[in-house]
Amino acid sequence: MSTTPDPAAPATSPPRPVRTGARTLAVTSGKGGVGKTFVTANLAAALAARGQKVLVLDADLGLANLDVVLNLHPKLTLHDVFTEKATLEQAILPAPGGFSVLLAGSGMVEYSRLTPEVRDKLLHIIDLVKPRFDWVLLDTGAGISDVVLYAISLAQDVLVVATPEPTSLTDAYATIKVLATQQERRHVGLVVNQANRVGEGKLICGQLQQVLQRFVGPAPGQGFRLELFGEIRSDQAVRQAVLKRQLMLEHYPGCEAAQAIKALASKLLG
Amino acid sequence: MEQRLPATPQIDASALDLEQALQLLQQAGALLPDEAPHSVAWLQAVLNALCDLSSRDALTGLVNRRSFEMALAREVDRVARAGEAALLLMLDIDHFKAVNDTHGHGAGDQVIRCVSQAIEQTVRPMDLVARVGGEEFAIILPNCATHVGLAVAERVRESVSELDIEIGPGQLLNVTISLGGAFAPQWVRSSPLLWMERADRQLYRAKAEGRNRACLEPQIDSLVSAEEKGMLFASLNLETQQDSP
Repeated sequence: MSTTPDPAAPATSPPRPVRTGARTLAVTSGKGGVGKTFVTANLAAALAARGQKVLVLDADLGLANLDVVLNLHPKLTLHDVFTEKATLEQAILPAPGGFSVLLAGSGMVEYSRLTPEVRDKLLHIIDLVKPRFDWVLLDTGAGISDVVLYAISLAQDVLVVATPEPTSLTDAYATIKVLATQQERRHVGLVVNQANRVGEGKLICGQLQQVLQRFVGPAPGQGFRLELFGEIRSDQAVRQAVLKRQLMLEHYPGCEAAQAIKALASKLLG
Repeated sequence: MEQRLPATPQIDASALDLEQALQLLQQAGALLPDEAPHSVAWLQAVLNALCDLSSRDALTGLVNRRSFEMALAREVDRVARAGEAALLLMLDIDHFKAVNDTHGHGAGDQVIRCVSQAIEQTVRPMDLVARVGGEEFAIILPNCATHVGLAVAERVRESVSELDIEIGPGQLLNVTISLGGAFAPQWVRSSPLLWMERADRQLYRAKAEGRNRACLEPQIDSLVSAEEKGMLFASLNLETQQDSP
């Protein structure tokens, strides 16, 4: 396949997918536990509510959480597709919220190392699903391991989810720095989750952008832009939804956080 | 607990053949229970002692591989739920085969005993030290902050390198260890196997880089310099202060 990236340098020469079919968006984070999967699942529902065909692909191979967040108990998963025990059609499942999911499944632990085989399989699957959807959201793992960076490299756009907590911000900064330098991305979206007050997202985004400008050092005219795509304030509905493993957008559609997710979807739809 | 079910038939402990079990305990130097022989409490104490015996390594008294794997699985589960940082160190004695070949297996056993004692005395009581192979050890360190990981590993390495091990009358031997470490992925379900592999990979790196050293899987925040951190939080902190009444 002509789009197969050089296995020796997955992070420095990401494949630049030609726009056929779905828009691919990686949702990632520097640190785990910042609500990445929560944002992904609810964003998928918000996009679906706007008439979009959405697939969420559990690209957090080996450490997947999507089934837990959505309270799904899949019989067939990406693992079965990888091992050719199931077809793609069988493994793509409807999720609450009107979107589709392709779950990694617990058998994927063996795929959490980026071997050429895993690379090819993941790329192949994304190529297969792209013509069938308007959006493919890649729920990646946290951090900057080679699997995570590779999964991100398969997407046209990236959203980094961070909370205002210092360790989360430091790790988000490191992730964005790697994306800007190793993947030569010029534009990354930021979602500040669990914001404490209105305007905190903007403040954090501005601060990250300043440090990036200083230390990533863009050449003139090639400025790196970190754009605030959303600010989600933590409210009671979020806590309830997470605890009950419900899709917030479905069960608490009126809450402030749901509005923030809908705004995020609108921004992505332009 | 309230007993709702009808009482199950009592076991007559005196009818059980426990001779071998008791011999095993005696031979291992385990204290035999004080309770009245063949009482329920006594039988429970015998079982407890047997459990303890089967979870420990005979040479060092450390936790053995089987019980280490159980503890590791529990820790993975705990880290996934609590999001607390936990470190796994895998280590082995450098050039141990040469010790055995040159000084004999008795000396080798003595080295293993001394090294295991040194490790146990260096880490916290809550940390679990296990002998997982011939000259291989593992340490699970729950609630270990990422920024102190390397310092802990270095402390263990130093404590072993400072040992003068007496392998015969007036015959002292010094050994070193190599360590590899990885933190459990927080907030996510991982597997004990994957965690061990990650730590093992760092152990290979320590060996390849010349032994007698500790290598930890790089942490994401190691990409961020103090200067960057300072700038990142300078105005954010200011903002927070202005906000507070």
